[in-house]
Amino acid sequence: MNVSVVKEKGYLIKGLLVHSSSLAIRAALLIQRWYRQYVARLEMRRRCTWNIFQSIEYAGEQDQIKLYNFFGFLMDHFTPASSERNLISHIFRKNEICRDTEWERYFCYKSIEVSDSYIGPHLTFPMTFCGVSKLVEAFKHKQQLHARYVLQLLGETWRLLRILPNISHIAACHNKQITICGDLHGQLEDLLLIFYKNGLPSSEKPYVFNGDFVDRGKNSLEILLILFGFLLVYPNDVHLNRGNHEDHIVNLRYGFTKEVWGKYRVHGKTILKLLQKIFSWLPLATVIENKVLIMHGGISDTTDLNVIARVDRHKYVSALRPPKAPHHAANGSKTWTMTDRNGEAGGPVEGRRRVCSLTYRGSATAHRHELPRRSLNNAPLTSPLNWSVEEELKRRRRLAGFDQPYGELKKSDSDPESGEITDMDEWKQVIDLLWSDPMPQNGCIPNEVRGGGCYWGPDVTEEVLGRHNLQLLIRSHECKQDGYEFCHNRRVLTIFSASNYYEVGSNRGAYIRMGPDLVPHFIQYQASKTCRELTLRQSVGWTERSALRALREQLFVHKSDLISAFQEFDPNNKGMISLRHWASATERVLNLGLPWRVLRPQLISSTQDGMVDYHRTILIDGLFQISDNSILETMYKNHSNLETIFRIIDTDNSGLISFEEFRQTWKLLSSHLKTEISDKAIADLAESIDFNKDGSIDINEFMEAFRLVDISCSLPFHAQCKKSKGSLGIYTLKSIYRSWGEV
Amino acid sequence: CEDGVHNVTLLRSINNMACVSPREIGTIIYSLGCFPTQADLHDIIAEVEEDHTGCIPLDKFLPAMTKVLLEHKFPPIPEDLLLQAFEVLDKQKKGYLEPEELTKHMTEEGELFTQEEMEEMLTALADHKNNYVYYKDLISQLTIDPDL
Repeated sequence: MNVSVVKEKGYLIKGLLVHSSSLAIRAALLIQRWYRQYVARLEMRRRCTWNIFQSIEYAGEQDQIKLYNFFGFLMDHFTPASSERNLISHIFRKNEICRDTEWERYFCYKSIEVSDSYIGPHLTFPMTFCGVSKLVEAFKHKQQLHARYVLQLLGETWRLLRILPNISHIAACHNKQITICGDLHGQLEDLLLIFYKNGLPSSEKPYVFNGDFVDRGKNSLEILLILFGFLLVYPNDVHLNRGNHEDHIVNLRYGFTKEVWGKYRVHGKTILKLLQKIFSWLPLATVIENKVLIMHGGISDTTDLNVIARVDRHKYVSALRPPKAPHHAANGSKTWTMTDRNGEAGGPVEGRRRVCSLTYRGSATAHRHELPRRSLNNAPLTSPLNWSVEEELKRRRRLAGFDQPYGELKKSDSDPESGEITDMDEWKQVIDLLWSDPMPQNGCIPNEVRGGGCYWGPDVTEEVLGRHNLQLLIRSHECKQDGYEFCHNRRVLTIFSASNYYEVGSNRGAYIRMGPDLVPHFIQYQASKTCRELTLRQSVGWTERSALRALREQLFVHKSDLISAFQEFDPNNKGMISLRHWASATERVLNLGLPWRVLRPQLISSTQDGMVDYHRTILIDGLFQISDNSILETMYKNHSNLETIFRIIDTDNSGLISFEEFRQTWKLLSSHLKTEISDKAIADLAESIDFNKDGSIDINEFMEAFRLVDISCSLPFHAQCKKSKGSLGIYTLKSIYRSWGEV
Repeated sequence: CEDGVHNVTLLRSINNMACVSPREIGTIIYSLGCFPTQADLHDIIAEVEEDHTGCIPLDKFLPAMTKVLLEHKFPPIPEDLLLQAFEVLDKQKKGYLEPEELTKHMTEEGELFTQEEMEEMLTALADHKNNYVYYKDLISQLTIDPDL
């Protein structure tokens, strides 16, 4: 800056004193000040919007881990005879001991015939560059690959991956540039855009794809087939790292499983099973020139590449299925805490609990977040820190409707010898690579927000890079506004390749080009044409509207808890509380760490003296009353959990679920949430649902009917039902209006 | 203003940070409704910055910020004053400013805009068709809250 202010007298511009009587200068100053303020306010709004999306996204991930912890708990503590356990036991089946040859027979594509009416691409093997290019073109034109070729391609991929090492090593070549891409998340347009701008992979054009190819977007399978195709043709020049979404259990929730079933009704199950194996065989990291380390998530203070290079990576099928850990003998009251980081057993360690602890309050040597985050669906506001295991078991048993006595806790295995690397240590190494996020403060603490991996600080970066003699760490896993971002003194680089990830205009995607000098160069893009033409103001506004919609949805589904929290500030039941109390109560219930008073005008109206009528909001006027049909609210709140449970139960992928299975789902959910849902409530709900002749309902229809849709800002918030075959849709509207006082 | 500080705390907690970077101080102060000059910002930063780690602890920043809010140190610019400012620059009283006119003033006088800032300003404020900046309409639109 070459201007400095001499108080009230004048300005020094390049050393010359100019009198402040110059009107034009004063005018310019004023306008500059005004404009900069405007831009800053926009930036703040953008960040706020971003954080709304991110909070909701990460809370969903954490939520799923909680759900699976719960299932794991059920699996461990109930007798094999219980039918409820059978519903979910198949996802916990141990890695089958079949030999690979038997699997090859199971995945055999040869018996699948390609009919003459098939108009998609025909593949020949071994794969050639021509073949893959043809595949890319076909997908560009929205064609679908025949199941036979899918299985064939996947089979070849599986065979290849099995001989690849855990960590790929690339030498930088003097005339070649390496391209590194981050998360794609099923967004085919972005991959096609990258290929368009950068060229297809080849020996002259090596690529590294850093995980999270699937879930959320609607072309996850096409992306996989393209990437695997290029891998087959150029196994030395195309490198794939596993991401946390290359995990069949995560896929159940985030859309990939649904996508495959939707596109391949007959062979979907086989395809998914083969993909499960392929994901577990994906390499874990890539190193360029022994200097640049690339992995999907990040590191922890215990990351050791030598250990990682030696693990049997295919044992770690899913982050949500850790290897069985030795139990310690039961000895009185236990706490559900994470093992103390210094190694001493802070209590008995339940294998699965290691993934994440909901009640982690251990001594962290690092500086902790000021406001610990919790899941959006966290029902109790206080955490049960010191429940004894026996109490917990009794309560859960009762809620789940089990009447058999449960088995004893398993006897402990002999403790591993100290100093030996255990399965759990290895597993932690793998999870840290795939799930961790960087943080600005020094230290290393468990990643409570995601529920897996850790948050690591700049000191850990220095230590780990130093220990391995590396200079740069490239990772993905987090969406960034500009597609990439440095941190930790430019020693850590995040690269994210899915543009418009949260919403149209939310962010650019980017990829890295790196030559032998190992200096990263960035190319940014945005897949949708329309958003490039938006001004900054418009694109902020667009994304903001979407985020606010998501936020209003959260307010809507949590209204019982919210009203209770508001009423604590309103002992005389006047229906009015101060703005400050409103903000504080809302934050306490939703725990999103958002500036509620800034957001207030979009969510609730206030009186002149700064009070709020908390029974009303601008947008859900008339519907904001305490519902007496709590099952509906539970349904909205647990939309994703419900769907996940349905899909697990629907083992034959029929998309249909029987009445009995439906009832069992609710029992499981109520047990997980530790709330009571009466049989009568479930029966009432089921009665109104149009079970078809065979007595089953369509999962998709059921879920669609309960999707919240915000019609417009000025209208009351409606739950809209899609046109469905039976009376399902009508039931939804009727019951909602009934329970909320409208006729 | 307790409001404001509360907001800052929550916004900071979003990024799970116990500190702010000097670059962000301007954004924060502006978004709380204050209108400091660049020089004012430099003063505030100098006051709270202890070292050059780029990380100013919140417990240092918050009191300084609270003081700014309580003292109403950087009040907003009244609309009519802003209008006058534009009219001063619009010597021919056209009712609009041509992009070259505005660019000259913004990048050569006062607390100079960078080229990037200038380009952004024109994209945001100039009319789509003829590129003129119709300042009268803009002031009322953009002063209270940037709306759509």
